[in-house]
Amino acid sequence: MIENVDLTLVDWSRAQFALTAIYHWLFVPLTLGLSFILAIMETIYVKTGNEEWKRLTRFWMTLFGINFAIGVATGIILEFEFGTNWSNYSWFVGDIFGAPLAIEGILAFFLESTFVAVMFFGWNKVSKKFHLTSTWLVAIGANLSALWILVANAWMQNPVGMIFNPETARNEMINFWAVLFNPVAVEKFLHTISSGFVLASMFVMGISSWFMIKKREEFMAKKSILIAGIFGLASSLFLAFTGDSSARTIAKVQPVKFAAFEALSAGKQNAPLVAFGVLKRSGERIGNKELPGFVFKIEIPDLLSVMTSGSKDAYVPGLIDLVSGNKEWGIMSVAEKTERGKIARQSLMDYKKAKNCNDNEQVTSLLKKFQDKDFRDNYFKYFGYAFINSPEDVIPDVYSAFYSFHLMVILGFLFLLIFTLALIFFYNGTIGSQRWFLWVVLFSIPLPYFASELGWILTEMGRQPWIIQDLMPVSIAVSNISAYSVQITFWLFAFLFTALLIAEISIMLKQIKTGPKQ
Amino acid sequence: MKQDFQVLNNLFRFYYDGFRNMSAWGRKVWIIIIIKLFIMLAILKLFFFPDFLQKKYDNDKQRSEYVRDQLINSSVTHD
Repeated sequence: MIENVDLTLVDWSRAQFALTAIYHWLFVPLTLGLSFILAIMETIYVKTGNEEWKRLTRFWMTLFGINFAIGVATGIILEFEFGTNWSNYSWFVGDIFGAPLAIEGILAFFLESTFVAVMFFGWNKVSKKFHLTSTWLVAIGANLSALWILVANAWMQNPVGMIFNPETARNEMINFWAVLFNPVAVEKFLHTISSGFVLASMFVMGISSWFMIKKREEFMAKKSILIAGIFGLASSLFLAFTGDSSARTIAKVQPVKFAAFEALSAGKQNAPLVAFGVLKRSGERIGNKELPGFVFKIEIPDLLSVMTSGSKDAYVPGLIDLVSGNKEWGIMSVAEKTERGKIARQSLMDYKKAKNCNDNEQVTSLLKKFQDKDFRDNYFKYFGYAFINSPEDVIPDVYSAFYSFHLMVILGFLFLLIFTLALIFFYNGTIGSQRWFLWVVLFSIPLPYFASELGWILTEMGRQPWIIQDLMPVSIAVSNISAYSVQITFWLFAFLFTALLIAEISIMLKQIKTGPKQ
Repeated sequence: MKQDFQVLNNLFRFYYDGFRNMSAWGRKVWIIIIIKLFIMLAILKLFFFPDFLQKKYDNDKQRSEYVRDQLINSSVTHD
């Protein structure tokens, strides 16, 4: 018997996860970047012995503390949702998720109960060097803590290092290092933390600009702009570099997502990179899905081919190739993948039948089959396709993928420009008189938050229909619960997180207006 | 032994003094943290977020069978 999945339940479960993840991500990136900025400022204080540097370090530490305290544990909600709303998924991923999340939990606990406490309670109680070491360890620890979450997420984008056990219906980790050094994990980690560094730099520069506009605390504001400008510029360059290598990996492991965020319908050699464009309905269809066209676009010739494979002659597959297949370029069709996925699923059915009939020989043989590399690489790899009804269902929403990617990149270049201008104005001594620029920086504070959220929207919506790439569609991952109960908790979370955000902003604004303590 | 006690005592004093001499904003965020954790762990987790498989089945064998059946019997994709 084939059970139909309740799509209302799937939609509400997705909406709830998106809401909580988006809110959670409003708190995290500032912690990642500001912790390093604090460590740099405190290092200068310890090196120079200048009390002004201590004063400004303590001011930014206050804002760090507010953000850290309000944001801490908001990620636990996501873990609640895994167990309640996404139980099939949680079971299926097995210890692949459990191990990194456990490491993250232990690391976060020790970090928060020791070094964060020294950072806030330890001024004048521990030696300067011990305090400084604690500040650096908070920065390193907070970023390493993010690593484990990102490793778990990267596995969903590119599942590696595991074997599916039909007896437990779980994936079991066979190679921890393959999971940890999954290319998606490495790039995701570097790209994500550097986006946090950029965000924190803009935050520090924006607030410092406000002090400059108000002609208050000019020493603190100028020094903060200098530190944030240098840190932000270096981070922006690194962000562009990791973004480029990240896109190259996506082209290999998630080519449909790659084609979607470039809105590339038909594959080609000498493929141009769309720097920006506006999409429209094209009338061209694959199955019942309409492919987008362009109202206009600005292209850089050959760059997409060069970026993905290092040669302008390289063929970049489009959505049509990836759905219908392209023998000339060795691209398998979704129909073929579906057949292979169905063979893998049939093997799971056979296993169940053999267990029910106590056919131990068959059980042993099928257990071996699921461990066999050839079966894993050529059949189980496409397990999720067994649930795909129409080949075009593997195409995510191209509009959201395209716009989230391009807006994120444009904003990234804007940040690079702002940090560069800040340093130019600082070094030629005119930063205080460039009031228009100070206002621009102040009003740019929300932009890195927006860009960072766009990155996650691209990552998660661009992977649709999969919750685990090629292995499990989102619709199969949900628990058999009432959509109504998910709706209730959606609104509860919306209320709780909005209240937390309002609390954070109001306490922060009060502290900013108060300024650093004398 | 006495030295160990001294270390523990110092550690306790460090946290105790830290919390006692906390600034106004520090007290405010601690109140928020406690309220937040109470809502999350004592209300949301307890009443709204039971672990679906833990609640429905007694042991891992039954949970495995349930998920295996879901993988075999489910259909319909969604984007």
